[in-house]
Amino acid sequence: MTLESDFESVHTVEQTAEAYCREAGFDEDTTLDITMVAREAAVNAVLHGNKKDPAKHVTVSFELTDADLKITVADQGAGLDPDKIPDPLAQENLLKSSGRGVFLMRAYMDEVHFRQLSPGTEITLVKHRG
Amino acid sequence: MSMKFTSREVDGVTVLDLSGKIVLGEGSVTIRDAVRDVLAKGSNKILLGLADINYIDSSGIGELVSALTAVKNAGGALKLLQLTKKVKDLLQITKLYTVFDIYDDEAEAIASFK
Repeated sequence: MTLESDFESVHTVEQTAEAYCREAGFDEDTTLDITMVAREAAVNAVLHGNKKDPAKHVTVSFELTDADLKITVADQGAGLDPDKIPDPLAQENLLKSSGRGVFLMRAYMDEVHFRQLSPGTEITLVKHRG
Repeated sequence: MSMKFTSREVDGVTVLDLSGKIVLGEGSVTIRDAVRDVLAKGSNKILLGLADINYIDSSGIGELVSALTAVKNAGGALKLLQLTKKVKDLLQITKLYTVFDIYDDEAEAIASFK
């Protein structure tokens, strides 16, 4: 699906992720976790990637297989280097008010992949079933 | 559902009972505004009741941290009451569980401000 760079799109991603989690049969806790990190990825794309530019779009896909649920979120922003994201657990970053989104994706999903687009960034979140 | 809160005073402590979601664009700004309002009214002892918060994202965590810093900078204390499992897990994963003063019992929490 192709979405606008606004918070309505964040809602759409969140709600669609929840529907896929139900279909996949994930328990309530896991569903909340996946929904939350899907939201993080969408917020990143809308806010940090596309900077809410109405000329840019967010592309999202959901794929449910026997093995896993795969959520892909792509923006058209300047790009994100995951290796340059400060560690939110470092003492100097602990009391910062932002910078935990990608950390939470990695904490709650089984796999998180980044791919640089031209322009933009694609984040793939994978949760194994069972 | 976005975040809502009610405010009450208990022995000189302002208790903000939050419910709903603490997420970017919905609840996050409300916590910031609520805490700022309490500080502006001259109270700097704040207890955030989180028993009805079961959904929080990284922005919501950031708001809790910002609120803690703002209250500390005002010479006061901000503590958390009755975390749900989800919020507790998030604070533990982000290593913030020990940064906050957290209570399960309200009377004990109120007494800790004295």
